[in-house]
Amino acid sequence: MSEPRDLLRIEELSVTFPLYGGRIEAVRKASMRLLPGRVTALVGQSGSGKSVIGRTILGIQPKTAEVSGRILFDDPAAPAGHVTDLRALPRDGRAIRKLRGARIGMIFQEPMTSFSPVHTIGNQIDEALRIHSILSPAERREKVLDMLALVGFPAPKQVIGMYPFELSGGMRQRAMIAMALICDPALLIADEPTTALDVTIQAQILRLLRDLQERLGMAMLLVTHDLGVVANVADEVVVMYQGEVMEAGTTDDIFRRPSHPYLRALMNAVPRFDMAREERLAPLVPVATDTRRLMSACRVAAPVAGANPVLLSVRGLTKTFTPRTGRGLFGPRAEPMRAVDDVSFDIRRGETLGLVGESGSGKTTVGKMVVRAITPDAGQVLLAGEDVLAARGADLDRLRQRVQMVFQDPVSSLSPHMTVGSILTEPLEIHHRGDRAARHEAALALIRSVGLMERDLIRYPHSFSGGQRQRIGIARALALGPELIVCDEATSALDVSVQAQVLNLLRDLQRDLGLTYLFVSHNLAVVNYMADRIAVMQSGRIVEIAPREVLMRTPAHPYTRALLAAVPHADPDHPLDFTRVGEGRSSKHWPAAFRPEPGAAMTAVDLGDGHRVLARADADMSELMP
Amino acid sequence: MIRYILWRLAVMVPTLILISMLVFTIIKLPPGDYFESYVQEMRALGETADLQEIEEMKARYGFDKPVPVQYLHWVGGMLHGDFGYSFEYRMPVSEVVGDRMWLTVLVSMATIIVTWVIAFPIGIYSATHQYSWGDYGLTFVGLLGLAIPNFLLALIMMYFANIWFGISIGHLMDRAYLNQPMSWDKAKSILEHLWIPVLIIGTGGTAGMVRRLRSNLLDELEKPYVVTARAKGLAPGRVLMKYPLRMALNFFISDIGSILPQVVSGAEITAIVLSLETTGPLLIRALQGQDMYLAGSFLMFLAFLTVIGVLISDIALALLDPRIRLEGRAAK
Repeated sequence: MSEPRDLLRIEELSVTFPLYGGRIEAVRKASMRLLPGRVTALVGQSGSGKSVIGRTILGIQPKTAEVSGRILFDDPAAPAGHVTDLRALPRDGRAIRKLRGARIGMIFQEPMTSFSPVHTIGNQIDEALRIHSILSPAERREKVLDMLALVGFPAPKQVIGMYPFELSGGMRQRAMIAMALICDPALLIADEPTTALDVTIQAQILRLLRDLQERLGMAMLLVTHDLGVVANVADEVVVMYQGEVMEAGTTDDIFRRPSHPYLRALMNAVPRFDMAREERLAPLVPVATDTRRLMSACRVAAPVAGANPVLLSVRGLTKTFTPRTGRGLFGPRAEPMRAVDDVSFDIRRGETLGLVGESGSGKTTVGKMVVRAITPDAGQVLLAGEDVLAARGADLDRLRQRVQMVFQDPVSSLSPHMTVGSILTEPLEIHHRGDRAARHEAALALIRSVGLMERDLIRYPHSFSGGQRQRIGIARALALGPELIVCDEATSALDVSVQAQVLNLLRDLQRDLGLTYLFVSHNLAVVNYMADRIAVMQSGRIVEIAPREVLMRTPAHPYTRALLAAVPHADPDHPLDFTRVGEGRSSKHWPAAFRPEPGAAMTAVDLGDGHRVLARADADMSELMP
Repeated sequence: MIRYILWRLAVMVPTLILISMLVFTIIKLPPGDYFESYVQEMRALGETADLQEIEEMKARYGFDKPVPVQYLHWVGGMLHGDFGYSFEYRMPVSEVVGDRMWLTVLVSMATIIVTWVIAFPIGIYSATHQYSWGDYGLTFVGLLGLAIPNFLLALIMMYFANIWFGISIGHLMDRAYLNQPMSWDKAKSILEHLWIPVLIIGTGGTAGMVRRLRSNLLDELEKPYVVTARAKGLAPGRVLMKYPLRMALNFFISDIGSILPQVVSGAEITAIVLSLETTGPLLIRALQGQDMYLAGSFLMFLAFLTVIGVLISDIALALLDPRIRLEGRAAK
């Protein structure tokens, strides 16, 4: 059997951007090949040049980019041996435009912003057909309907007239896929197609992409940073680092026999489910921290052995948001939305409680209510026995110093107008701690404790990388010597290797300072790495709460099981079970014992060992046990 | 949608009532009234005013009645088209304003259209050729236009028109046609005179609009949906027209609300300098002389234009942007 011809061959591709007199080499002499009908993954961290390659293939890289090298496209629809060098085609000229959208389709990370918000879905999908085909409007409409049905819309006729903002994120990405595939391309470039989606939706979209790719026999270039996605979808893998191709080969080879040190390091930086409790992640660049000086300043006593007292106790927390309608008196009344519904949990001193859930589950709202950034409608928050919600004046000031928060976005959570030094001393100033010299001393101790230098105190946040900024944010949270820190998606915006740094830092700080964490995240693997106990939230309620090992090994609630089943592992031996994807995401598919229905009282049923699951009060124990 | 428009119309009523109260308070605020300042002026000139006649007029217009009654009288009159009596010109306000009103509307409309016609291509060019020489040059000219006050520009143009061409560019028509009934020749004369005030009044607005269109369009050009459209194989020109330009229109439409009253009232000083037969100079004079019905009716008219302008722009926005129109249907 002869080797199939390469569909696309990239030879010595370099892309550079001029920047302030210098230049950035985004891609350096990269070479790779794509086989027809196969999925090739292009993996790398942010800034590795992987997205630039995807765009350069289509010639839609930014105008300032300088490109050299060859991109040879062997279109199966063209006469044999007719190979086009895409790079040599005039920019935005007729020849390259005839390939875009027709022979090579592309989908992007953000399905919301990648659609024009003011044109209908039908109009935008139809557009590629209008440009590239000679079909009549009726035939085109027929084709659009077929394609919408193919990507999984149950009622395509309705979708045609809808606007992107009327669809959910997953549905938008399906529409995006329909748009890219409408002209039957030979190659689909998918640029981080599932990064912005929830994990169960991600699994559905991956399954769809894989199905369509096989059914339509097209090749796919999957640009992603997620090794778990790669292991589950790709046939071949190309690994990029700082613009260079590090390693390329079949998925099996790459995962079982990674030869390049970078790839091995990258794999060690990803949290896995089978890690032992004491096992540590290995970041690419470890950070040396120094918490000695901070420990003396910190008031928290070292954790005592045995059962620790409860530090934070949350009971019946409820918050309802009423959406604003623009129609005033005559519009239909919008249903008030229960963002958080009767949430109760305890966190012991020195413990980490992981709060997982998909977007809209209310997990962030819970975190904000604990720090009193949002006032709950009902419920109680007790910090070491003191009522946080009832505190006023001096009591509130005192309580605020004991609970701090680390935010998701390291860019917008630090004021760009303040030096790192003033960011770190501001909390001390607000609470009148020490004099100027003492506060400077404290800032020094803080900055060292997160692995940065003394000289960094006089710099501004913009001159730091994302991971460094997040460490500054952590140092700020530590400034007042808090007992409890709420980490709201603290590593979601970071690359895996940087994420490993920050997670390790948080763990070290906990060990040295006896901190207590409420760790809010959508990422199960990260929560698994950090937490002692895990609470799973869905539609504002905690559906299951259990010690980490118990929850991972014997999840009782169907939603927890669906979540766990949808996480792609960076291991070809544990592929996603695509046939079961999407089950259990909504309460419709749950067994009766778990299904919330009007009139049925739901309570947290105790299964022993601190394992509680939300079920009907009258449910039989045997129905609940996994 | 129809419900939305009806709702907006209904909301206009209390808004206008509130504005009319404010306007009435403002014109009543200075001590004294027109008659007192008139008598004083007469005395200063060494003449005696006909006190008998003044007393009669005071009684006729209810100046001796309590203020709320005066207010109701004024508002009630406006409802059936009686805008009151201008004491200074000694004729009904509607007659004083008369011709000037539609001349003002003509100048304003011409100005708005010229602004758009000039600003649009320049804004698009500047955005798509960011940091090119053309962009810098046009930006420079635009900033000059923004920085120079209109009345100054009017003075400069009058001066040079006189020096170089020996003509006077004042007035909206040849002097022969002032106070004459409308005729073909008069219309032609108006059109001939129109372009200079339109250009002068329009400079600032044009420059501002170019700047805003440029920055809005630049924002939109960066958006992912533009990349998507290009990835579909759409030609660059079509991409620009269909997607980012359409989005950049939003700001432009919401501008209508503020443009209407701005153009009508913002041109007073230029109108005085150029002796235009528009309403601007009249308003200034009325406010100075406490000619309360004339001033009040004017202010009401401007307020009405603002409210109408905002309504038009809101309706246009709803038509143009499904996100506004379908708010209630979204998020299922």
